[in-house]
Amino acid sequence: MAKKPEIKGTAQFLQGNEAVVEAAIAAGCSFFAGYPITPSTEIAEGCAEKLPLVGGAFIQMEDEIASIAAIIGASLAGAKAMTATSGPGFSLMQENLGFAYIAEVPIVITNVMRGGPSTGLPTKVSQSDVMQARWGTHGDYTPIVITPSSVQEVFDLTIHAFNCSEMLNTPVILLLDEILGHMRERIIIPDTEDIKIENRKYPSVPPEFYKPYSNTPSKVSEFVAFGEGYRYNVTGLTHDEFGFPTSVPGEVEQMLTKLRRKIHTHRKEVILYEEEYMEDATYAVISYGTSARAAMSAVRKARAHGVKAGLLKLKTIWPFPGRKVYQIASSVKGILVAEMNMGQMIREVDRYAMGQCKVAGAFRYDGLVIEPDEIYEKLLELRATK
Amino acid sequence: MELEALSPQHDYLRIQKKFPTVWCPGCGIGTVMSAIIRAIHELGINKNNIALISGIGCSSRMPIYVDFNTLHTTHGRALPFATGIKMVRPDMKVIVVSGDGDALAIGGNHFIHACRRNIDISMILINNYIYGMTGGQVSPTTPLNSYAHTAPYGSIDPPFDAVNLASSAGATYVARGTTYHIVQTSKYIKKSLEHKGFSMVEVISQCPVLYGRLNDYKTAVKMLYRQKEQAVMLKAWEKLSPEERVDKYPIGEFVENTDRQEYTKTYAELSKQVREEATNGKD
Repeated sequence: MAKKPEIKGTAQFLQGNEAVVEAAIAAGCSFFAGYPITPSTEIAEGCAEKLPLVGGAFIQMEDEIASIAAIIGASLAGAKAMTATSGPGFSLMQENLGFAYIAEVPIVITNVMRGGPSTGLPTKVSQSDVMQARWGTHGDYTPIVITPSSVQEVFDLTIHAFNCSEMLNTPVILLLDEILGHMRERIIIPDTEDIKIENRKYPSVPPEFYKPYSNTPSKVSEFVAFGEGYRYNVTGLTHDEFGFPTSVPGEVEQMLTKLRRKIHTHRKEVILYEEEYMEDATYAVISYGTSARAAMSAVRKARAHGVKAGLLKLKTIWPFPGRKVYQIASSVKGILVAEMNMGQMIREVDRYAMGQCKVAGAFRYDGLVIEPDEIYEKLLELRATK
Repeated sequence: MELEALSPQHDYLRIQKKFPTVWCPGCGIGTVMSAIIRAIHELGINKNNIALISGIGCSSRMPIYVDFNTLHTTHGRALPFATGIKMVRPDMKVIVVSGDGDALAIGGNHFIHACRRNIDISMILINNYIYGMTGGQVSPTTPLNSYAHTAPYGSIDPPFDAVNLASSAGATYVARGTTYHIVQTSKYIKKSLEHKGFSMVEVISQCPVLYGRLNDYKTAVKMLYRQKEQAVMLKAWEKLSPEERVDKYPIGEFVENTDRQEYTKTYAELSKQVREEATNGKD
């Protein structure tokens, strides 16, 4: 395992939720609309305090539906915009999230996961919104969902979330969990010049030739804000390249294909993961978020006991790094998926393992954090099964 | 072509393949659209500087046809989308077009909160007493005992009064007109566009195809005459006895309050103040 190069910057001791605020501002976020909800509230509080100081704006809306609506409006008006919530609020946001997908509006939604369904476990940890983040709003679309596992990663991946959303004109969901949101760790905030920032592409043509949903080869259209002299229409209806509603079959198919392909043609830039001890591994643990930390300890313990275990830590869970999982499945005897839910990501892992190796899960869903020993025990069980 | 040269309306309508409109023959929404355009034209507002936002419903199709920065959002949510735009671009003229179902049922909560904040948005609420796009269901403004496809035995739900609701929630300019009194209504729309703060102009409109057909007003003309009978100017209304007010409603300007400061202006001042304090090292 190669040692990571030391990042230059300022050391800080931050909570995950605070790191989201710092990173959002560093990424150029200048608008936040939100509604209080445990365990994400510190993000709204941080934005309320810090955004006016950098010339941005904060507003507390009447509910989560209004919050996501306001950030979509803000983004169309030219601002990088974010909201933050947790399970029940994320459920309320689903309809307008679909609007942002179809209307191709860059926004970032942070969901600090707690236990569900419904009000569930407001103050306890969970990773049970993994499938909701993939399929929550109705219709066909391809979401980008990012899962950091440390406060440093929260900072770095919040920047990545904004960059993906700006690069591809799409909503990006930043999935934290309660522990990550509230845990404090030392992080290095890189110097401004070392932070890579992506911005939406301003039109290269004058208004009379502008098509806001131009079906370019890369499937990413040039995007200009309201009020810049390019008067166009934005709708949640299936639309043509001008943004006007259409139900003509060819145009409908083209629009839906565009939505999918703009993400898939940029998979390499979007999908991030890390591998630890995978070079010679005969058993792989696949995990993400806080669970990946316990999984790392479990892998080290297994190595200490002579089991050749390795870890695939997913930082982007959607689009799913299926090719990587397929490749791992072809080289190991078994894959263990560690997550804090009743088994959500394991379905996708199983799908891409394609029967090449055994697949089992280490799940925890009682509100407590999954522990290294649980994962280690499941790993031994997996090794023992035929 | 000559007609085009005569009417300034055409400068404000989209030239790309968007016509005819979705609105039925006899519908009042087109009348309101031209009243809005007339108000904008008279005020000479630059089209680039106008954002027109709507939700879902018949009236919410208006953004497709007008040549502004237009946003056709989800059902009931036009106001929070508009709020986001106004917060980022306080210099833009932000107009929301909504229907009775969109604004007062699914969007009711957003409506009262936008009024409460007094954010500078001009809301034109086109009230035709019915859900038109879905085929004639009862709405929050359907009069008691009127018929709709979801009130086949007559509506038992008391209707909302949008003017009273907006006034008590804190809107700083509130008016009501009708499609019959459209010149007057256009003046209210003009005043709402000039007003700094949240303004709401309710326009009573006719839906002959659904509301009219189900309630014995067979033609648009009959419905417009009904508006003429029912609508009473506010001053005259105040003199009416409760008995005389039955089956009538007041039109006119109900609230015109210029004392309360607009929301984005307050935020800008606050923001400036905290930045100054931060640079001066005060806590």
